[in-house]
Amino acid sequence: MSLLDVAQVDFAYGRGRAILSGLSFVVEEGETVGLVGESGSGKTTLLRLALGLQRPSGGTIRFDGAVLDPGDRSSMRQFRRQVQVVFQDPYSSLDPRQKVGAIVAEPLRSLRVSGDHRRMVEQALDAVGLDTGMVDRYPHQFSGGQRQRIAIARAVVCRPRLLLADEAVSALDLSTRLRIVELFKSLGHTMSLLFVSHDIGAVAALCRRVLILEKGRIVEVGDTAQVLSTPQHPYTRRLLDAVPRLAFGETP
Amino acid sequence: MTIPADTAILSRKARSWTLVAGLALVGLHLVVALLTLVWTPFDPTELAGRRLEAPSLLHLAGTDRLGRDLLTQIMIGSRIALTVGTAAVAIGAVLGTTLGLLAAFASNWLDDALAAALDILIAFPTLLIAMLVVAASDGANLSTAILALGLGLSPIVARLARILAKRVLLMDYITAARTSGTSWPAIVRIHVLPNIWPGLSVNLALQFGLAVIAEASLSYLGLGAPPPNASWGRLLQEAQGTVFSAPIGAITPGIALVSLVIGINLLADGLRERNDPARSER
Repeated sequence: MSLLDVAQVDFAYGRGRAILSGLSFVVEEGETVGLVGESGSGKTTLLRLALGLQRPSGGTIRFDGAVLDPGDRSSMRQFRRQVQVVFQDPYSSLDPRQKVGAIVAEPLRSLRVSGDHRRMVEQALDAVGLDTGMVDRYPHQFSGGQRQRIAIARAVVCRPRLLLADEAVSALDLSTRLRIVELFKSLGHTMSLLFVSHDIGAVAALCRRVLILEKGRIVEVGDTAQVLSTPQHPYTRRLLDAVPRLAFGETP
Repeated sequence: MTIPADTAILSRKARSWTLVAGLALVGLHLVVALLTLVWTPFDPTELAGRRLEAPSLLHLAGTDRLGRDLLTQIMIGSRIALTVGTAAVAIGAVLGTTLGLLAAFASNWLDDALAAALDILIAFPTLLIAMLVVAASDGANLSTAILALGLGLSPIVARLARILAKRVLLMDYITAARTSGTSWPAIVRIHVLPNIWPGLSVNLALQFGLAVIAEASLSYLGLGAPPPNASWGRLLQEAQGTVFSAPIGAITPGIALVSLVIGINLLADGLRERNDPARSER
């Protein structure tokens, strides 16, 4: 049984054009999967559906065998504890008026997780490489990379089984991006990861399997190294050709 | 771009100056208002001297056209202004924020309808709405004036609350709160209200100033606190017939009114800077 099973999912806003059509894929327990596509390909919409924030227009999404039902509060509480998300923008994903300790502890409080919350927050901060003494500081006192680590700490504090990352490294500078990718890689040993990105380099470094999304449809699926080295679909080839390359001695 | 250090220090000093000046002015009025609960130089209804006496050691601000001590009247006016301002803003804040938050959660046609309704209500001046409410009630008194001003202020607060809340609801930390299992009422309490409060509090302070002016206007028109309540507006109205022969009767309540409104505005500005953790440490 797959951990996340997206089966023939369609989605459209109202009676508008389809954002996602007949989308199917699975994420297995412990697996790290990349979802690559251009802006507007439907990546973020897919994540919103997978998070139970919106209902698909058609098809089903199953988590651990159970159909995801955003209207069922008790099953959603169980689901929320097991699936968490990290967003792209480390500046808008943290409440500027809350201290780090309160931000990271929010899932513990809201999901009524039992145990010593302060210790769990410190463990989460430690897991993402942050000083545990930072709990009384505000988000604006941190750099973009540190803020993204705080957001990751919030996502992992209740030890989810699946972590969804929505362009989680796209807004970071190159050196910070590498460190955050390394952090995701280490987290990938303890939980499944669906890494949504248009950054093919980050996906290549992180994911064993990759899905290529074009205009709401998955056009290619496979082993990351294989898809990136011998792309079969013209869209995948175009995506790879669009990756900027800089070589020494090459004239811009 | 970085701000030069000396400019940043100057700016911070200017901010702390506004807070201190605002606190001093509002604090002075507050102390005077509280003092009137236990002591005033004379009984407010007592004919303590001759008519229109000039300032003297006995009557520091002179007397009015009936011979009552003007300083006593102005001190009681402070209490009335602060009471009306606080109560009207509290009513406007509760009603307006509730309405604004409900409108922020509305979507499609309901959102458009609520936004249009608020715009139409705001098109009517607060004073006009207050006058209508007072006119529709049994008679002019302090409670009616407070309720009327509170109702008149609420659409202004509601529109701002709606705009600020809509902006906050678009933030990723709201989605993160939802995926963390936080309920909508808790999201409003934990995330929305604290994040709209800096913008809202400045506006509420400005509305407080407007409420004080509006109360004075109502009293000036005979629609506010009835005699013997010594509202500044009524003092101004009573002094207009003797403004050339005894100008002190118009100047002193005017100064009291202006000093309180300026004090509230300075306090609002200073508090805005102080309440925002990102700004205060810059």
